[in-house]
Amino acid sequence: MATVTLLAWLLDSLLGLGLLWLGWRALTCADLFKAIVLFIAFGLLIALAWVRLDAPDVALAEAAIGAGLTGALLLAALARLTSIETDKVATEQAEATPPKRLASWFPAIIMLFFTAGLGYTLLSLSPYAAGLAPEVAANLDSSGVINPVTAVLLNFRGYDTLLEVVVLLLALLGVWSIGGAIESRQDRPGPVLDLLTRLLTPLLILVAAYLLWVGAHAPGGAFQAGSVLAAAGVLLLLGGWRLPPKLTALSLRLALVAGPGAFIAMAAFTLLMQGQLLEFPPAQAGMLILVLETVATFSIGTTLTALFLGGRPQHKEKP
Amino acid sequence: MGLTDLLSAALLIFGGFFFLAGTLGLLRFPDVYTRLHALTKADNVGLGLMVIGLAVQAESLAAVSKLILIWLLVLLAGASVANLIANKALQKGVRRWQR
Repeated sequence: MATVTLLAWLLDSLLGLGLLWLGWRALTCADLFKAIVLFIAFGLLIALAWVRLDAPDVALAEAAIGAGLTGALLLAALARLTSIETDKVATEQAEATPPKRLASWFPAIIMLFFTAGLGYTLLSLSPYAAGLAPEVAANLDSSGVINPVTAVLLNFRGYDTLLEVVVLLLALLGVWSIGGAIESRQDRPGPVLDLLTRLLTPLLILVAAYLLWVGAHAPGGAFQAGSVLAAAGVLLLLGGWRLPPKLTALSLRLALVAGPGAFIAMAAFTLLMQGQLLEFPPAQAGMLILVLETVATFSIGTTLTALFLGGRPQHKEKP
Repeated sequence: MGLTDLLSAALLIFGGFFFLAGTLGLLRFPDVYTRLHALTKADNVGLGLMVIGLAVQAESLAAVSKLILIWLLVLLAGASVANLIANKALQKGVRRWQR
């Protein structure tokens, strides 16, 4: 038994040190492409760390969104940066005027104080605090689901998820307000990417549906399912597929706001009927959560895919 | 320690050896094409051995099929991505390493 504990301890230490090292390298790396690859590796190790902490829900979300989709978004942004060729000028300017010593040390000192404060708080906590877990377990019956994480995210603290879905939409609005999508002249995807897209897209949709459904009693849920759906979207975009122009106007916008809209409508409805924001009647809670999560999954997937496209889809009238 | 445990331990260690060799190749091989060869070899065979090693321990047929599905997906992704990277390198004119 002692060997097993030692091995686990060794693994955790390696994981922690690897995270620190990757984080440092990603921040200090001058080559942006290398920094992004390091960031993706960092995200994957973070996911492993969540698994070690017995939090598979967070691990799934981190691997899908933190490492996968954010990595794809960063790479897409980098491709656009290099196509504009502004970064070369910016780097040259930055190299010409080195930042003042004091200015670069100031954030470090503030962060040091912050870290010390956080560390002190962490150490002063009682090591075996039960947290809110017993309370969640006691009320799980009335939540309509068996997975405690889903119960917290969609029922007990549903407004957190409501705000998260809205934040995602706001991010997209921010990107869209900057400008339309730049259609770079793409070379043909080639037979390999084409075949991969054809094979994986249906499978990804199936996995998304599975994650959504399984969220009621095991790790999974709207965000994980939505990001898998977005992975299918990103693959389709890479393979040269574009949304038919007929659908880019109203239908796309409806798909984007359906999730936040359904959440807000449900919040208003429960506020009127139950007197509490997003407090579901226990008998119908399971069904209501599933409906809400399905709509949210669809919207999250669409929003993340639209973020990857990187701009408002252009109307075809203007060439 | 039963026969199953021994078998799966042997398979896992053998799989780990392939990953080690693949990583070594990725770090030490001279050009992008040979490095891709080393990397995909590790992913395909190493992960395959590990999947079999874990499958003999699995409690249900569903778990076994999930493991095999993961392996097939990695095979598909690995082979496709290696092809895409090698193709791009060819287009960019990256020379093949020659002795």
